[in-house]
Amino acid sequence: MSTLTSSAHPHADHGHTPFLQHHFREMSQQFDAAKIGMWLFLVTEVLLFGGLFVGYGIMHARHPEAFMAAHHHLDRTLGALNTVVLLISSFTMVMSVWAAQTDRKKLLILFLLLTLMCAGVFMVVKYFEYSHKFHEGLLPGKYYSHKGDTVPGQFMFFSFYFMMTGLHGIHVLAGMVAITWLLVRAIKGHFSSEYYSPVEITGLYWHLVDLIWIYLFPLMYLIS
Amino acid sequence: MSEGVLHAGAGHAVQHADYLEEPRGLWSWLTTVDHKRIGLMYMWSVLFFFLVGGIFALLIRLELLTPRQTVMDAETYNRVFTLHGAIMTFLVIIPAIPAALGNFALPLLIGARDVAFPRLNLASLYIYWTGAAMAVATLALGGVDTGWTFYTPYSTTTGGGVSLMVLAAFVLGFSSIFTGVNFIATIHKLRAPGMGWFEMPLFAWGMYATAIIQILATPVLGITLLLIVMERVLGVGIFDPQLGGDPVLFQHFFWFYSHPAVYIMILPAMAVISEVIPTFSKKTIFGYKAIAFSSVAIALLGFLVWAHHMFVAGMSLFAGAIFSFLTFFIAVPSAIKVFNWIATMWRGSIALEAPMLHAISFLLIFTIGGLTGLFLAALSTDVHLHDTYFVVAHFHYVMAGSNLIALLAGMHYWWPKMFGRMYNRRLAAIASAIIFVGFNLTFLPQFVLGSRGMPRRYFNYLPQFQDLHVVSTVGSWVLAAGLFLTAAYLLASFRQPKGMPANPWGGRTLEWETPSPPTTHNFEGQPVLQHGPYDYRPEPAPVGVKEMAH
Ligand code: HEM
Ligand SMILES: [Cu+2]
Repeated sequence: MSTLTSSAHPHADHGHTPFLQHHFREMSQQFDAAKIGMWLFLVTEVLLFGGLFVGYGIMHARHPEAFMAAHHHLDRTLGALNTVVLLISSFTMVMSVWAAQTDRKKLLILFLLLTLMCAGVFMVVKYFEYSHKFHEGLLPGKYYSHKGDTVPGQFMFFSFYFMMTGLHGIHVLAGMVAITWLLVRAIKGHFSSEYYSPVEITGLYWHLVDLIWIYLFPLMYLIS
Repeated sequence: MSEGVLHAGAGHAVQHADYLEEPRGLWSWLTTVDHKRIGLMYMWSVLFFFLVGGIFALLIRLELLTPRQTVMDAETYNRVFTLHGAIMTFLVIIPAIPAALGNFALPLLIGARDVAFPRLNLASLYIYWTGAAMAVATLALGGVDTGWTFYTPYSTTTGGGVSLMVLAAFVLGFSSIFTGVNFIATIHKLRAPGMGWFEMPLFAWGMYATAIIQILATPVLGITLLLIVMERVLGVGIFDPQLGGDPVLFQHFFWFYSHPAVYIMILPAMAVISEVIPTFSKKTIFGYKAIAFSSVAIALLGFLVWAHHMFVAGMSLFAGAIFSFLTFFIAVPSAIKVFNWIATMWRGSIALEAPMLHAISFLLIFTIGGLTGLFLAALSTDVHLHDTYFVVAHFHYVMAGSNLIALLAGMHYWWPKMFGRMYNRRLAAIASAIIFVGFNLTFLPQFVLGSRGMPRRYFNYLPQFQDLHVVSTVGSWVLAAGLFLTAAYLLASFRQPKGMPANPWGGRTLEWETPSPPTTHNFEGQPVLQHGPYDYRPEPAPVGVKEMAH
């Protein structure tokens, strides 16, 4: 009556790649599980930022003049530059996944490096933007000390600016750590058409980071 | 596991050591990726914090024995009930069933070797420990007296350990999210061959629905709590009306998480009950699909009703009426479940073992908790009852009563599977009765107190409330006695030799097909499903409860 029909140990059938964890029956199952996991994690990320977007929306509606006046302090050119940089990095990330899937190890390493570089450029631009704001006293909340504002309450805009771009920046840094880790493994030759899920999954994460910026940019820099 | 070909029932099966024995040593436990060991470590941690939170509860009740100061001053009282609430909610009730029992049982129930991401699972335990340490460390900073809901503006203006406590809750949220992510991926991808969605045990459905909420609601809490920290550290002004912010916005954010979170606390309880009742009624569960779908329905509807916590917080009457109506709606799937459980027991051959006794307690307590919720959902009565002991009683019925009693049901149900040992079943039956009586003695009077106007979170009260407070405090001692008795006989069971059969209760789900305690990799070979989880057609006689050691 047993419901247990025993079969051979799964490793016996598919014993090749060392990357199949013991509790999965086959690679595709392991890969799908990882993908589901990452998608779910991305949902939580969207919701995390979502809270800030909702807060921003509410406060924007309450203090439209202040937000309008405050956003002129942002540098659109730098913001646009960063948008372009991130878009390029998303593209190179897609290319790295393709390179891994098609066993092109050298290209994989190259595209990962390019992605990492774009992320670095993004952070450097952010650094200049931030230090400029610090210098002018355009700081969040009670630290706001910009002189000569005509509309009161502009600090609220900068509260959100720093919370949202700051949280996004932390995500970029986390992405850089992940891509570096991919790079090390790529150099060691871990990835191939048989096993590339870490590349694909980091890619998903990276696209999300990119996507959030694409919402942040018009929201903060291009209010009208 | 060795690479041998293993046939169940074929005499040459290699004997593997059980997961408790192999590998040995503390280090092997702290670095394990075995879901069963992680589940047990969660269980002991949760029970430890239940003890701590319970001691605070007894102190609260002792203080309320007399209308004036009894054992502590007012400030201490505020800190004690805050810590009690925060510990019980974030460290006990939320992880209790999913992280402890779920981790242990879910993979076994669906015939998997482990959860989808074993290392993430271990990480979530360490994150839990970190959060717990942070919460306890707030004591060194003078404690927190905001109440576990951290309402602004109070939480953004008082001193003490508020920031640390809030960060602790943030960290604990991640632990809960990771468990949820893990369970969904596990259920999607690791079910045994032949197990369709509707052949899954209902426990898995319950865990699935819980995980949905964990994933959709917890990030909102996370960001809300970060906003409190930002408000305290940077004065960002979002919740400060003087700076153009809005303190009620916090309540919206908080309850948008916390109302669904209420179901993080109750759905797992329902999941346990859905396993226990058919096993001890020896009957197929009535309305399998209704129970499965109602779990998911509860998970989704839970997001539409948050503002019923804010009827008196300055909402428009129209919004209040809408939220009131929606809240009534959510009672429907719960009622469906209760109906189905009772229908399952109807004419079953019921075995009154400890898990079943706790399940019956659950049915009664949950019904009372649910029905009193309707009084609170109605706009007109809530205006009267809000922030009184009626609310305290209500949420203890649905949170403490239902969740913890279901935890007890589940622990008694799977104890022989976890440890291969049986507790003293007579003492267990007696203890379940004491707990039931103690619980009702503690919290029933609070409904009356609240309806007569006794406010919650008050240190002193009018003398006419004293009689009922005395009854409630005595009840808390009875309840504690029942819980200590339970702890005593459960611990005593470790003096028994191991030797439980694989299936002491005659259950039909997969975990009963593997030895008690299971081997490290759960099953010898790959289980393939050949009948449904509640298939109690008389066919081959399952191992009867009477044949057991005790
Ligand atoms: C075991 C016996 C228990 C007793 C005697 C007890 C007693 C109390 C009392 C007297 C209060 C204070 C009410 C007030 O002043 O507003 C309280 C608050 C609370 N309790 Fe319990 N409790 C018990 C168990 C639990 C459990 C298991 C939970 C788990 C969810 C829990 C969760 C809470 C929460 C969330 C609050 C609210 C604190 C607040 O409103 O700030 N309690 N409890
Ligand atoms: Cu609610």
